[in-house]
Amino acid sequence: MTLTQQRKLKTLLVGLASWTVALLLFFPIFWMFITSFKTELQAISVPPQLFFEPTFENFSIVQERSDYLKHAWNSVVTSFGATLLALIIAIPAAYSMAFFPGKKTKDILLWMLSTKMLPAVGVLVPIYILSRDYGLLDSKLGLVIIFTLMNLPIIVWMLFSYFKDLPKEILEAARMDGATPWDEMVRVVLPLSVGGIASTGLLSIVLCWNEAFWSLNLTASEAAPLTAMIASYSSPEGLFWAKLSAASTLACAPIVIFGWFCQKQLVQGLTFGAVK
Amino acid sequence: MKRSITRLLMAPSVILLLAWMIVPLSMTIYFSTINYNLLYPGRNNFVGWMNFEFFITDPGFWIAISNTLILLISVLVITVVLGVALSALIDKPFYGRNVVRVLLISPFFIMPTVNALIWKNMMMNPVYGIFAWISQTLGFEPIDWLSDYPLMSVIIMVSWQWLPFAILVFVTALQSQDTEQKEAAQMDGANGWHIFRYLTIPHLARPIAVVVMIETIFLLAVFAEIYVSTGGGPGYDSTNLAYLIYNQALLQYDVGVASAGGLFAVILANIVAFFLIRAVGKNLTV
Amino acid sequence: MAYLNITDLQKHYDNYHALRGINLAINEGEFIVFVGPSGCGKSTLLRTIAGLESSTGGTIELDGRDITELSSSKRDLAMVFQSYALYPHMTVAENLSFALRLAKEEQSVIDEKVKSVSASLQLDKLLERKPRELSGGQRQRVAIGRAIVRQPKVFLFDEPLSNLDAALRVQMRLELARLHKKLGTTMIYVTHDQVEAMTLADRVVILNAGQIEQVGTPLELYRSPNSRFVAEFIGTPKMNLIELDNVVRENDTLHLQLLNASIDFPVSRTHGPLPDKIIMGIRPEHMHLVETGGDLVGKVELIEHLGSEAYTHIRLSNDQTIIVKAPARTSIKDGEQVHIQVDRNEVILFNDNNRVFSVIAEDASHD
Ligand SMILES: Nc1ncnc2c1ncn2[C@@H]1O[C@H](COP(=O)(O)OP(=O)(O)O)[C@@H](O)[C@H]1O
Ligand SMILES: [Mg+2]
Repeated sequence: MTLTQQRKLKTLLVGLASWTVALLLFFPIFWMFITSFKTELQAISVPPQLFFEPTFENFSIVQERSDYLKHAWNSVVTSFGATLLALIIAIPAAYSMAFFPGKKTKDILLWMLSTKMLPAVGVLVPIYILSRDYGLLDSKLGLVIIFTLMNLPIIVWMLFSYFKDLPKEILEAARMDGATPWDEMVRVVLPLSVGGIASTGLLSIVLCWNEAFWSLNLTASEAAPLTAMIASYSSPEGLFWAKLSAASTLACAPIVIFGWFCQKQLVQGLTFGAVK
Repeated sequence: MKRSITRLLMAPSVILLLAWMIVPLSMTIYFSTINYNLLYPGRNNFVGWMNFEFFITDPGFWIAISNTLILLISVLVITVVLGVALSALIDKPFYGRNVVRVLLISPFFIMPTVNALIWKNMMMNPVYGIFAWISQTLGFEPIDWLSDYPLMSVIIMVSWQWLPFAILVFVTALQSQDTEQKEAAQMDGANGWHIFRYLTIPHLARPIAVVVMIETIFLLAVFAEIYVSTGGGPGYDSTNLAYLIYNQALLQYDVGVASAGGLFAVILANIVAFFLIRAVGKNLTV
Repeated sequence: MAYLNITDLQKHYDNYHALRGINLAINEGEFIVFVGPSGCGKSTLLRTIAGLESSTGGTIELDGRDITELSSSKRDLAMVFQSYALYPHMTVAENLSFALRLAKEEQSVIDEKVKSVSASLQLDKLLERKPRELSGGQRQRVAIGRAIVRQPKVFLFDEPLSNLDAALRVQMRLELARLHKKLGTTMIYVTHDQVEAMTLADRVVILNAGQIEQVGTPLELYRSPNSRFVAEFIGTPKMNLIELDNVVRENDTLHLQLLNASIDFPVSRTHGPLPDKIIMGIRPEHMHLVETGGDLVGKVELIEHLGSEAYTHIRLSNDQTIIVKAPARTSIKDGEQVHIQVDRNEVILFNDNNRVFSVIAEDASHD
C-alpha cells in the first residue's frame, strides 16, 4: 500500500469511528425526538419501531395539559433576564480585575469561584424561607435573582479571561490618546470583546435554561420554567412516553437549536480561557 | 487608574456574592442549632448539636457521602478519559466533521430533568427500553438498571451530559497545539503514541484542570437527575448528600436537621474545593 | 531649562531594579534615540515617560510642569507602538480621529485634520478600511498618523520599525526623519538597532542595565565613546579591542607594546597612573593593509566582500582576531600574510574598568 493510500484509509477509519461515537451519543436525543411523533402504543412497542406514521397529537396534548407556552416563556424570561443582569454586574468587575490587577486579584477571583462551590442544598432552606418572606416564591423575579447570583462567578471568570487576552498595547494606545477608564471600557474593551461577551452570555443562558434545583424547589405552577414542567412528567401515570417525549422535545428544542447555531462561539467560551 | 475606582467597579459583584454566601449560610448555621419543623411552628427552642447528631445518625448519611464522592470521581474519570480519547479521535479532519461536532455537543444542552427521563424510560426501562431490547436480541436477561444498579445509572446519565463539555474543551485545545512541534517530534522519530503521551497530554494539562474544576462544581450538586429517575432509591442506594438534605427539608419539613445536613454539604464542598482550587488554581492564568 | 527634564528616575519591578537613576534633559524639537541591548530598560524608560508605568522615584518635568504623577491620558504625549496597537474595530479614519473625538473637538476640525494627515501619509485612499485589511507598512503609517493628528508635545516611538521588512524599514526611517524636519516636534525613539539610532538622532542616549552609559550626538559617540560598552555598541563591524602585552611611558611618549611591535605616541596628558591592563580600541577603517613594514603582522582568515568595501578578518600571532577594512577590489587572498598599519590618531585606550582613560587622538591634537 502506498503512503497516500495508507493516509486515505486512516482518514476513513477515523471518520467512521467518529461518526459511530457521535451517533451513539446523540441516539437518546434522536430517540426522544422520534418517539414524540409516535402513538403511545408505538412508543413502547418491542422491538422498537424506527419507521411509523408520525402524529402531531402529542404536542397539542402537552400544550393543553401543562401549558407549554407559559413555561417556555418563563424559561425565556428567566434565562435572558438573569444573563443580562449578571453581565451588567460582571463586566465592570472583570474589566477592573483584568486591566488593573492588584495583589489580591487572584485571591478574589478564586474566592468568587469558591462561592460557586457552595452547594445549593446547603442554603436551600434559608433561600426558601427568604423567598417566601419576600414574596418571591414561585415568581420569575425570584428565579432571575437566584440565577444571576448563581452564575455570576463563572461569568466574571470567563469575561476576565477574555479581557486578559486583549492586547494590552491597544488599551495603552487608548490611554495615550486621552481615554479615561470609562472611555477605555466602553469604546475599546467592549467593542473588542463582543465575541467573548456573547459566548459568556450564551453559556449563561444555557445554564439558566437547564437549571433544575432552584426551579424545582422555588417555583410551582406560576413561574415554573420548562425544567420544572418536565419534572411533573416523572411520576408515571402509566407509560405515556410519547407525550413525555413530546414535552421533552419541546422543552429542549429551543436551547438545543440555539446551541447549534451558536456552537462556535460557545465552544470558545467553554474553555474558560484555558486555551489560547 | 486610582484604586478606588477599581474597587468601585468590583464592588457590586463582590458585595452580592458576599451576601449570597454569608446571609443564607449564617441562617443555615442558626437553623441547625434550633428545633425547627415546618409542621410544628412556634417551637423553635435551642437544641445544640442535636440536629447534627440526628443527621449523622441517619442511616443514609454515610451512604450519601460516599455516593456523592463516587459519583463525582466516576464522572470525572469517565469524562476526562473518554474526552481526551474522543477529542484526539476527531482532531484529524474527516468527512462531515462539523456535523459530528454538532451531534457531540448536543447532550450538553439537554436539561437534567429531560436527561433523566429519557434514560430512565426509553433507554433503561427493563421491559420496553432500548437496552432491554438489545440484551434480549443478544440473548441475555434484560437488566433493571434503576433498581439493580441505581448509582451506576445516575453516573451514566450525568456522564452523558458532561462528556460533550470535556470533548469540546479538549478539541479546542488540541487545535491550538503547535503542529511544528509535532512535526519536529516526528522528525526526531516519535510515533503517534509518543506524541500523544509527551506532547498532547502535557498540552492538555490546563484544559483538563478547567474541566475538572467546572465539572466538580456541578457534580457535587447533582440533584435533578436523582430526583427524576431513582428518587434516591432503592433505599439510599442512589441518594447523594444534596438529595438527602432535600429529602429532610422539603419532604419531612425538618428545617433544623436539613440545615445541619446543609452544613455537612458545605464542609464537604469546602474540603473538595480546598484541594481542587489548590491543585487547579495553579494551572490557571489569573 | 530643558523641555523634558528627567531627574534621578527610578523604576523597580517586583524584584527587579529596571531604571537605576536616570538623569536626562531633552530640548524642545530634539530627536532623541534611546538605544541599548535588549532588556536594558529602553522600553521601561519610554513607558515611564508615557505614564504607562509608574516610576518608583525621581521626577519627570515636561514644559515646566511636573508630570510624574499625571495619568497618561493627561500628559499630552503620543506613542507609536511596536505592534502598532491600532484599534481593530475602527476604520483607519476612526483610528486617526479617536483622540480628537475623545477630546470633543469640532467635527469640522476633526475632518480637516484627518484629511491633511492622511494625505501627507498617503492614507487618503484607505480611510474606510479596517486595520486587518492593511499591509504592515500601511498599518505603520496609520499608527504614526494617529500620533500626528493630536499634535502632542512629544512623540514616543517604541521600536516602531522592527516589524517591517528591511527595505520598508529603510524607507520608513527616511520618512520619519523627514517628518521630524517638517513638524519640528520633540521625538523620543527607542530602538536596539544602532543604525537607526545613528541615522535618525540629534542625540543618542545609550542605556545599559538600567543606567545611561553616554549621551551625545551620533558622531561624538562614534568618535569618542567614553566606555568600552559604547565603543563596542556603536559601529559595524565592531571596534577592534586588542589586549596589549605592555604599555610603557617614557617622558612624553607612550609605547604600546604588542607582539614585538611598539606603537609609539607622543602624549601630553594621561589621567593618573597607568593601569595594569590596557586594551587598545581601534575601528576597522582606522587600520590599513600595507605591503611591508606596518605595526602588526597577521594571517588573513576570511574576507567579507560587501561590494563597496571588504572586511578582512585577520588572526594575529597571539591568536587574537581583528577586522581591518580594505578597498573593494583588494587582491588579498585567504591565508595570506599581511602587514597592518594603525592610524595613531584614532586609537582609544581602555583601562581595566573598561573606561576610556586617555583619548590619544584628543591629546595628540593638543600638540
Ligand atoms: N512588568 C515587568 N515586571 C518585571 N520585570 C519587567 C517588567 N517589564 C520589564 N521588566 C524587566 O525590565 C528590564 C527592562 O525591560 P525593557 O525596558 O522592556 O527592555 P528593553 O530595553 O528591551 O525595551 C528587563 O530585564 C525586563 O525583564
Ligand atoms: Mg523594548
